[in-house]
Amino acid sequence: MALLDVEELSVTFARRNQRPVRAVDGVSFSVDAGEVVGLVGESGCGKSVTSLAIMGLLPKQPGLTVGGKAVFDGTDLLKIDDRSRRDIRGRDIAMIFQDPLSSLNPVVPIGIQVTEVLTRHRGMKGEAAAKEAAQLLDRVGIPDPKRRLKEYPHQLSGGMRQRALIAMAVACQPRLLIADEPTTALDVTIQAQILELLKDLVRDSGTALVMITHDLGVVAGMCDTINVLYGGRVVETARRRPLFRQPRHPYTVGLLGSVPRLDAGRGERLNPIPGSVRDLLPWPDGCAFAPRCTRRIDSCVGEPPALVVTHDSRGYRCVNPAPLPGAPGEEVREVVPGSATPGSVPAQAVPDDPPAVPGLAATPSEEDVA
Amino acid sequence: MTIISGKKREKIDRLAELAARDEERGVSLWQDAFRRLRRNPAAVVGAVILTVFLLVAIVGPFFVPYGPTDTMGIREGVVKVGQGLIPGHSAEHWLGYDHQGRDVFSRMIVGARQTLLVGVVATMIGLAIGALIGGVAGAAAGLGGRWGRWVDATLMRFIDMLLAMPSLLLAVSIAALLGPSLITVMIAVGMVSVPVFARLLRGSMIAQSNSDYVLAATSLGVRKSKIALAHVLPNSLAPVIVQATLTLATAIIEAAALSYLGLGNPDSATPEWGVMLADAQPWLGIRPALAIYPAVAIIITALGFTLLGEAMREALDPKLRK
Amino acid sequence: MSTGSERTTEPRDDVLVDVRDLKVHFPIKRGVLFDRTVGHVKAVDGVDLRIVRGETYGLVGESGCGKSTLGRALLQLTPPTSGEVNFDGVELTTLAPNKLRTMRRRMQMIFQDPMSSLDPRQNVESILTEGLQTHGIGGDRNARRKIIAETLDQVGLPRWALSRYPHEFSGGQRQRIGIARALVLGPELIVADEPVSALDVSIQAQVVNLLDELQDNLGLTYLVIAHDLAVVRHISDTVGVMYLGALVEEAPSDRLYTEPLHPYTRALMSAVPVPDPDVEDRRERILLAGDLPSPANPPSGCRFHTRCPWAQPTRCADERPELREIGGSRVACHWAEQIASGELRPHKVSVEVVRPVDEGEEPAVVSAPTEPGSFV
Repeated sequence: MALLDVEELSVTFARRNQRPVRAVDGVSFSVDAGEVVGLVGESGCGKSVTSLAIMGLLPKQPGLTVGGKAVFDGTDLLKIDDRSRRDIRGRDIAMIFQDPLSSLNPVVPIGIQVTEVLTRHRGMKGEAAAKEAAQLLDRVGIPDPKRRLKEYPHQLSGGMRQRALIAMAVACQPRLLIADEPTTALDVTIQAQILELLKDLVRDSGTALVMITHDLGVVAGMCDTINVLYGGRVVETARRRPLFRQPRHPYTVGLLGSVPRLDAGRGERLNPIPGSVRDLLPWPDGCAFAPRCTRRIDSCVGEPPALVVTHDSRGYRCVNPAPLPGAPGEEVREVVPGSATPGSVPAQAVPDDPPAVPGLAATPSEEDVA
Repeated sequence: MTIISGKKREKIDRLAELAARDEERGVSLWQDAFRRLRRNPAAVVGAVILTVFLLVAIVGPFFVPYGPTDTMGIREGVVKVGQGLIPGHSAEHWLGYDHQGRDVFSRMIVGARQTLLVGVVATMIGLAIGALIGGVAGAAAGLGGRWGRWVDATLMRFIDMLLAMPSLLLAVSIAALLGPSLITVMIAVGMVSVPVFARLLRGSMIAQSNSDYVLAATSLGVRKSKIALAHVLPNSLAPVIVQATLTLATAIIEAAALSYLGLGNPDSATPEWGVMLADAQPWLGIRPALAIYPAVAIIITALGFTLLGEAMREALDPKLRK
Repeated sequence: MSTGSERTTEPRDDVLVDVRDLKVHFPIKRGVLFDRTVGHVKAVDGVDLRIVRGETYGLVGESGCGKSTLGRALLQLTPPTSGEVNFDGVELTTLAPNKLRTMRRRMQMIFQDPMSSLDPRQNVESILTEGLQTHGIGGDRNARRKIIAETLDQVGLPRWALSRYPHEFSGGQRQRIGIARALVLGPELIVADEPVSALDVSIQAQVVNLLDELQDNLGLTYLVIAHDLAVVRHISDTVGVMYLGALVEEAPSDRLYTEPLHPYTRALMSAVPVPDPDVEDRRERILLAGDLPSPANPPSGCRFHTRCPWAQPTRCADERPELREIGGSRVACHWAEQIASGELRPHKVSVEVVRPVDEGEEPAVVSAPTEPGSFV
């Protein structure tokens, strides 16, 4: 059984006089013990809200509804009360945030913040806790840890702050670590240090890691399984090699085409995704990505595309996925269901009925496909 | 190769565009702020209070039942101060008489205009002088280089001097210098608020001067004076406008305080709420209502300005947008 | 624009911008009553570079390396402490303010954060008109409208954008407005400071392609400043790598990737994640120890020697390396040849603790005392 099983998680913010915003709209993924899972997406795709919902860290406010399940080791994290959730948080599940400075208390020395965690979850006190704290800082690669313990967050550099935060997160040897854009605020050389550190920690302690990021490069080197999110849903999930070699969902294809690669030659044009992340179709009306999709067909609109799961345990939500290289039949198969526009399909595909006026044909065809 | 019908494509595009724009014309920040202001109940309450106050102040004096200076109570022998006789409300005199036998209701109505005048003029004086000093200092400090910093430092030391004096003491000295009158009160109250406006505008302008769009304008080749006037100043005004609204409230109260101390109009012929409050002092034992009427009126008006000001602060705060 | 008397150097026709020994030092001020200068942050400390007309020069480096300051100093938006900036034969550092303002028409800037670089109270039309009015381009209103409409088409914004305000657009569209504002003046040089780093991944590619297209169509010269080596390499013909206020290596884009010579370039290159698991698993990482030293107190000799895995006991700590030409690249390393040939091997570096600099790149700004609202 998976360590963490998130099923149909949804988060809705309802505001007065406004349409409710579905920030997360049915996200499902699972994390096995010791596995590194990536949640990848752009701003507004719901990746951070997903992690906050799992951790029960969403600000309590009227109009907020969290639905679905997040089963961690047999307990549904969304059902338990705040107290038991606080116990699990920190001890079994820990979180690392993007901005280390705002995650640390600016007026309390690092040492006290680390020992606090040890005292609360591991019952360590005084000298023992201080010693353990120093060891933790040493383990995450902070030089001269004894002295650092007495210092305040602002006295540390960005990279060191993130290390201190990681030290606090791993203080209780949690079974699951959620890292929300842990390196976005850092420079590349520091990012490389932190990623290496996270890799080492995961390898040595068998902690499972959920890596939330917008950077495909980061997940390529780290994650075993990757979930690509768009508009609050997982649109593609796959092991990393298949995902990067043969992305199926057009959004994944588009993301990969948008990133300039360091190892690509100068002057190769990028293939950006048109439009902006604001151009969303609500899921009930069809595929959220349809307005920006270059592969959209008629059946993209009308109802949300179902999750297609293939034999090698990868899945995508798309009715017209990018073809696998080496699958010649694909192209033909895709064209046939979209026989809605008279004139643009082969003659034999035109139904017996007299050709409908273009435009009017659209409505019945939606039902046909459905 | 994808196939899609024209109608359907249109539908997708329309849905996509819905998210991006909901109306045809652009909405400026001021319009947007006004919209959010209208949705804020505190702003609505404040606006209603102020509308009533304004109406009373402007047209009220034409409809008062009696002359505000008519000492009819004494003339008719109803009011006998010596015997402690100041009649309260009646059908003819809704709020009764004051110690000189004048109709309190009429005086309250006419007083509203004076009070509004004191508040507005005092705030205007403070705003004008403060914004001028603050604006020059802010523009000089933000854009002016070494000379600018010198100008800024000089102006700000002057403001610090004003600020160092207790506000009431400052007002009393000004009033003492100019002799007691309504104008004195206005100037005194206005001067007290000068440092507030000056520092607020200067700070706001310096913050704006460091923003990227000022750099962008510089790189376009726009003159510094134009950048200060066309970019920095308009973007720095929001906190000043909010402060002005809040100052209107305190100005009315401070003017009342100065009048109460006897620095206001010595001739109590033209009624003003602060003066009325002061005049009521000796008769508190006999008829406390004489003090309560103007006091409550001042409080409600000040509350109206404060509510509106706070709501405006919220509406104009860029951090709270969306 | 460039009259005979203003020509200072022999202008090579293909070089548009020639920067020589440019330095920007910000004083660090302390003191309650009187400001005392207690030191200098050497944001840019002696940079030489040339930008060829019609090409893109990419400047890459991590935060605090002075790349943004260099861009601003080049445009005289931040006064340089010393050095020369020669733009098409005109020396900018000594130019009278009025003449400089006229020159600005020919060199424009694109900013990182498209929201904060647009005046929130100006609608798009007014944003685009401002530059035209300033330089008296286009004469009457109709002529200006025509120029603006053309520019909108070039950057791919719809006409209805004109009456709208910056906050009504998405990040990518805002950046297009920023580009249009620069473009409307018909500049020759555009300095783009982190033009895509604030944007979503899918939008970044749109803006990068737009910049490419504009260069092809209008023959623009770019100085692109970014922290993302992949982006810089993608759009640049020549890439300069900066570390602590100085160029450590400069090479043609492809050569920089195939043959990085400076140890810092190698480390930077190995740290950039590539979205390809095969590459990621195979590549060798050169992890740098510790953080960037403070630019207020840079290390002696080669500034990189405190973190350099190839640092040698001789020369590195006490002799500042100059940029030398090695086979098409310019590199500031005493041991570049030996490192390239494999004669020198990397070794482990112990971490030095680095204190964060108090504030950003411009400590001078920090002394602005009053914040709005703090009084109330």
